[in-house]
Amino acid sequence: MALPHRGYLGQNAPVSRVNRATAAQSFSVSLTVGAYGIAFGAASVAAGFSVLQSCLLSLLTFTGASQFAVVGVLGAGGSALSGIATATLLGVRNTLYGLRMAPVLNVRGIKKIFAAQLTIDESTGVALSQENLGVREARQGFWLTGIGVYIFWNLFTLAGALGAQAMGNPAAWGLDAAVPAAFLGLLWPRLTNKSERLLAVAACALALAMTPYFVPGFPIIATAVLAVIFGLRAKIWK
Amino acid sequence: MEINLIEPFWLAVIGTSLLAFLLKILGYSVPKKWLSNPRALKINSLIPIALLSALVAVQSFTQDSRIVADQRMAGVGVAVLALILRAPFPVVVIAAAATSAALFHIG
Repeated sequence: MALPHRGYLGQNAPVSRVNRATAAQSFSVSLTVGAYGIAFGAASVAAGFSVLQSCLLSLLTFTGASQFAVVGVLGAGGSALSGIATATLLGVRNTLYGLRMAPVLNVRGIKKIFAAQLTIDESTGVALSQENLGVREARQGFWLTGIGVYIFWNLFTLAGALGAQAMGNPAAWGLDAAVPAAFLGLLWPRLTNKSERLLAVAACALALAMTPYFVPGFPIIATAVLAVIFGLRAKIWK
Repeated sequence: MEINLIEPFWLAVIGTSLLAFLLKILGYSVPKKWLSNPRALKINSLIPIALLSALVAVQSFTQDSRIVADQRMAGVGVAVLALILRAPFPVVVIAAAATSAALFHIG
């Protein structure tokens, strides 16, 4: 006799069981990514945000690249608007993740609000990596990773912010180089082909060339135009 | 405690958080076909590369709207080396910080 096939919504699976492999992956991703929070908390305080403001960014914004961007822009002397605009451009991908996750999670009401807040690179990534095991595992992967990252990211943000506050001059501790190094760490895995590397170099060059002539922050947002140009020229694979 | 919304740091915290959440909830609220243009998806995937690169450059080589080369450049150089050697993220950041701090105290 064939084993009963697991239904589309996992109805045939034991309801209370959490898939071990899914839980293990969610936990390791949560802890590793959450630890980035220490770099964020430190960068944020070094940029001039208070410990409270740094923690609120992690609690409320809760999307790493956008958070690093807004503290990066204000730390470089940019206006709040430049910071918000840069962070928001970086957050657009979460909309696409939401579109992808909506039919998988099938959430309404208050659960939809929580799901949306937890929709980031990592929760979506783990969920999609579990989809071959079933919808139930995909959902577990999303929630476990989303909640796990949320907890660790916020705890480590607080630790980093308090640490940086105790340090005094950020440059004496090398924090001024740790911040761009952290950005570089976020950027590096995205550079998978020649045209992406070319875009990265072009964006560096444009931002530096504009820096002496424009208000701080603007040269960073302006490089989004390069992404549009490169995107329009790129071959599209379907 | 008084929170002054016009103060740029508070404005940045609240504005960024609000828009980040709106973008997230939007994904669960609009029909899928609205945002599935392959060209738009491609551009969207390239935007983080452009912005993060620009942030790396500006944070490494500028000070008060001037182009400068200081201890940060060495720190970021070491970070690049660590990334080429496939070092994990904490190693990359700590190596950059240690290099920059060492040069700061020597110089």
